[in-house]
Amino acid sequence: MRLLQRLLPHPILTLLLTFTWIMLANSWTLNSLVFGFLLGLLIPFLTQPYWPQQMKVKRPLKVVEYIFVVLYDILLANVAVARIVAFKANAKRRPAWIAVPLELRTPEAITVLAGTITMTPGTVSADVSAEGHALLVHCLDADDPDAVRDEIKQRYERRLMEIFE
Amino acid sequence: MISEYLIAGFLIIAGIFGFLGSFGLIKLNDPMSRLHAPTKATSLGVGGVLLASMVHGIAVEGHLSLHEVMITLFLFLTAPVTALFIAKVHLHRHETPDSLPRAGEDGIWATHNVDDGAEDKD
Repeated sequence: MRLLQRLLPHPILTLLLTFTWIMLANSWTLNSLVFGFLLGLLIPFLTQPYWPQQMKVKRPLKVVEYIFVVLYDILLANVAVARIVAFKANAKRRPAWIAVPLELRTPEAITVLAGTITMTPGTVSADVSAEGHALLVHCLDADDPDAVRDEIKQRYERRLMEIFE
Repeated sequence: MISEYLIAGFLIIAGIFGFLGSFGLIKLNDPMSRLHAPTKATSLGVGGVLLASMVHGIAVEGHLSLHEVMITLFLFLTAPVTALFIAKVHLHRHETPDSLPRAGEDGIWATHNVDDGAEDKD
């Protein structure tokens, strides 16, 4: 069991890499499956020193829900940002920094949250606090910074809590 | 016939958003705001081209290509990382702990959490 864990430090990553290779090769043959699996074994093994602890996904179905929520928000984000860029005068725009206190503790979950914030409506995550207890977020146009913070916590962090913790 | 209109529609949407993303770089007037335009408006710009390419693959060439899905995936993985790097450089060079909101219970943001006097080469 421990040998298996040393050889396969991140089983999900192995599966993902195998699948990615098949998609990249764009051919569903045994050839690409075997080579993809070899890469899937080699890459997690070589990068293990940089990612020592094992990641746990508690509720895989929630991941699918999360992906669709984020895709929908990215669509809205594009339209919202495009409208601000095209129609709103710079003087009327209210850029703001906000601090989002984090309840998430898993590093992978915080990374996903930061990435999500960057891809969604008018916000870019810029930094994490010294001990990882808060995220620094820049808003393109925020009349009410507190509302933005609450929406991030309600919409994304709550879902990630369910998935990772 | 319908597929041609669909492809054309996706390409036009992609063109509009791609243009607005680039236009935002000129129009927005502070460095952090400029970061918003390319990270978002271009994701739909590139996404539209990829959707058009997939429809073209199915309707004209007659096979489903999944490369476009991979490009989308890689884009979503890399865009936040580059944005974060640029944001961090901005924090280093133009912001001080006082010009930012308080960092919750930790008191300081990671970028500013360096020893005074020690030369910071990152």
